[in-house]
Amino acid sequence: MTEPAISIAGLHKHYGDLHAVDGIDLEIPRGEVFALLGPNGAGKSTTVEILEGFRKRTAGDVTVLGSDPQHAPRHWRTRVGVMLQGTSEHGALTAAESLRYAASLYPDPRDVDETLAAVGLTEKAGAKPATLSGGQRRRLDVALAVIGRPELVFLDEPTTGFDPEARRQFWTLIDSLRGDGSTILLTTHYLDEADHLADRIGIIAAGRMVALDTPAGLRSRASAARVTWTEGGAKRVEETATPTALLRDLLARHDGEIPGLEVVHPSLEDVYLQLIDHAASAAPETEEASA
Amino acid sequence: MTATTASSAPTWTSMTRSRLVVELREFLRSREQMVFIFFFPMMLLVLFGSVFGGQEIAPGVTFAAYFLPGMVASGILNTGFQSLAMSIAIDRDEDVLKRIHGTPLPPTAFFAAKVAQVLIVSVVQVAALVAIGVVMYDATLPSGSGWWTFTWVFLLGTAASTTLGIAMSSLLRNAKAGSAIITPIVLFLQFTSGVFLVYTQIPTFLQHVAAIFPLKWLAQGMRSVFLPESFESAEVNGSWQHPATAIVLTIWVIVGLVLAVRTFRWTRHDDN
Repeated sequence: MTEPAISIAGLHKHYGDLHAVDGIDLEIPRGEVFALLGPNGAGKSTTVEILEGFRKRTAGDVTVLGSDPQHAPRHWRTRVGVMLQGTSEHGALTAAESLRYAASLYPDPRDVDETLAAVGLTEKAGAKPATLSGGQRRRLDVALAVIGRPELVFLDEPTTGFDPEARRQFWTLIDSLRGDGSTILLTTHYLDEADHLADRIGIIAAGRMVALDTPAGLRSRASAARVTWTEGGAKRVEETATPTALLRDLLARHDGEIPGLEVVHPSLEDVYLQLIDHAASAAPETEEASA
Repeated sequence: MTATTASSAPTWTSMTRSRLVVELREFLRSREQMVFIFFFPMMLLVLFGSVFGGQEIAPGVTFAAYFLPGMVASGILNTGFQSLAMSIAIDRDEDVLKRIHGTPLPPTAFFAAKVAQVLIVSVVQVAALVAIGVVMYDATLPSGSGWWTFTWVFLLGTAASTTLGIAMSSLLRNAKAGSAIITPIVLFLQFTSGVFLVYTQIPTFLQHVAAIFPLKWLAQGMRSVFLPESFESAEVNGSWQHPATAIVLTIWVIVGLVLAVRTFRWTRHDDN
């Protein structure tokens, strides 16, 4: 099938004067692992919850696996796996019981024991949520999201609050999911997580998509250097992909030392923070919107 | 999809059954539900029984046997109204309902499982109450047409409690404060509806207030089942008022159903 898993056009979600989502366009092909990256309050979860059919949008067109999530038939739910943000420590069912119940709702579920093993909870099969650690509960949430063998999985901030070790383990788990061809949309505010897991990253800030690229593409932006020097008593800053050429120019114009010369290669993180800052200072037209 | 997977696709019935097992497990494994909902009316019945000993309110009818119908009515209110209002409000607050709505479980199957869970718990609870009444306090089982009355009063009372409990859960915007709202309502109804006190002995205006709500009619219906015919003349109207009971309970079932359907949300009130 060539139809994309998700397509979004002109999505807006307003809460009174607050524009939580302020015009997003996005297409996610089938089989892609896509990360929505952005700071808290950027509009990631609002967007994802609209795609999951939990929230109504103010404007725009949204198609998820061929249906409008707001009016999708119940059967659509057999094709979509949802891991909500946050987790509940309440619940009287053991991990295995929760999974067995969930499996009973799908036409072609995964094997419960295999799924428990895949998320590393075999030894906790008989444990209730209250006796699981935060990381273990999130792994159970992933298991519940994928037990129905969904074509599309939403993971909303799956690793928030994890220590680095638990986060690494979680990444291994997600890597194992991509093998079976399902589309994964995850949200995160960790750059390294998006970089590690995603085929493409959408950076979202203040409700807008400020960058949309592969991790390598974003890194190549990071390879643009910032050259700073002083000329005519004023500080000059230029960003360039070819700093050497710029330096050659500068050398031609200066005899001897170039005052205040600095060549800095920003990191991927610098690129990200710069994009976020840009959006926060609220330039109404974003130059990278929907590349 | 092969024919085998298609034939094993879950049906509405199989999903309802799965959900019912979950609902029952959650009820049975919750200490709060078991103590405050399931065993509470039994504890009260035994408490009344031991306070008043074998004293008789009328020849052949002990105080405890007199309180039995009220405790049966109260148990139905606990298991339907109080338990559902609290547990659904908590499930909404904790995003449990949202998670359920994110699965293929049809909403009708979810509610059918809730109703079935309430019915099963209520049947066991009422049976246990009646058994305690009969074995320990010489209560008499209804005969012939008494069972028919018992059945319709039980079903209408359970239906009203269940729909009103689901509707009430939507009003409890902060589930943690829920018991502070529900408990006084239930206690007020129990004191004014002839559960803890003899209905004819409470002030008339409170009788009128209580007569608006279903518990008074449910308790009166149960008295007509478990008390001797001679007690009928002691009722306010000198009658069991079966037709009025059926009408009032049916109205509450409809009111509860309309409110439940119109106010039910899968997500928190601040989550839209």
